[in-house]
Amino acid sequence: MAKALSQFTRQLVAQNPVTHQILGVCSALAVTTSLDTALMMSAALTAVICLSSAIISFLRHHIPQAIRLIVQITIIASLVIVIDELMRAFAFELSRALSVYVGLIVTNCLVLGRAEAFAMRNPVAPSLLDALGNGIGYSLILIIVGSIRELLGHGTLLGITILPIVADGGWFQPLSFMQLAPAAFFIIGLMVWSIRSLDLSEAEIAEYDLQGERSQG
Amino acid sequence: MTDLLVASIFQENLVLAYFLGICTFLAVSERVDTAVGLGIAIIAVQSITVPVNALILNGALVDGAWRWAGLPDVDLSHLRLIAFIGVIAAIVQILEMTLERFFPRLATALGSFLPLITVNCAILGGSLFMAERQYSIPEAAVYGFGSGLGWALAIIAFAAIRERLRYSDMPRAMHGLASAFLVTGLMSLGFAAFARVPL
Repeated sequence: MAKALSQFTRQLVAQNPVTHQILGVCSALAVTTSLDTALMMSAALTAVICLSSAIISFLRHHIPQAIRLIVQITIIASLVIVIDELMRAFAFELSRALSVYVGLIVTNCLVLGRAEAFAMRNPVAPSLLDALGNGIGYSLILIIVGSIRELLGHGTLLGITILPIVADGGWFQPLSFMQLAPAAFFIIGLMVWSIRSLDLSEAEIAEYDLQGERSQG
Repeated sequence: MTDLLVASIFQENLVLAYFLGICTFLAVSERVDTAVGLGIAIIAVQSITVPVNALILNGALVDGAWRWAGLPDVDLSHLRLIAFIGVIAAIVQILEMTLERFFPRLATALGSFLPLITVNCAILGGSLFMAERQYSIPEAAVYGFGSGLGWALAIIAFAAIRERLRYSDMPRAMHGLASAFLVTGLMSLGFAAFARVPL
């Protein structure tokens, strides 16, 4: 149990699916223009990954090796359709804002990756915990990026004014750049950089080490 | 039509404006020649799957598509996700077999990229955008080709930049992934300038 818990916490920061394993980056960048869409997407993805890992792990002895990818994708796609329909029924405005990205959970490498790498080989309980850890790790990044982009882009969080903007008589000039696509790339890039600066063992080895050559020459 | 083509290549570039296919974009862009191979494969698959999915969507899944069969109330549009995935997987498989039979050299060059494409969100995303924006079938064909071309253009340019980037003297933690994100951000900024181009 202690091992399972340490595995769980490791996935939140050190082995974070988005910044460490580069899984599920597409949606992490696209739905983070505001905090509410980021939260909704996190909830949808965590639900899908937990359910799919549990179901796939439950069926793992009955899935033939040769067609396992098709079975996994079908299970995931069915779950996504259920979530998508639920979202349309109870949160129509948000599902409009998320547009195609809910459907794209199907091809989110994170969900399929955990199914293939973990749920196919482990019993139900550890698979569920693994999926939950990855889901929360993914949500964490989405929430951080979503908060930064909404706060600096509109001066609000979840629609509540935090920094009063100039147009309403406040002091904060909103950075509309934060709402554009490049800002998402920059924020994730800077996050990866800072995580790797804290823990240099994560950093990739440079193919051409200029420092080394300089000291030799 | 020309507007749609230009818009789908530049303004609405799938990677740089809609973040689709980023995983593959970051993973397979170490060298220009592999990027060119993947780019061609994406153009081919995208230009076939989007119109085929449009046909299936309009012919079998939209509200009232089964009226001719005496079933006016059947609306299967919630099944479009599963239908699109099935079509994409099948087309990739058929394309692979056809290439092996008729163009074996091209097949060996593209071989390893084709399976990757089935789970590439750019391909599924293209079809979902087509469904959401309700393109007609000719429009879907143009959009499929244009968005594939835009993706290929982006990855080839990015791979070329990355080849040079290898020799740059960056802080150690920035090598690889962090620099890749920042460069993509700069490219995206460049492509955002196309949004101001009047069509």
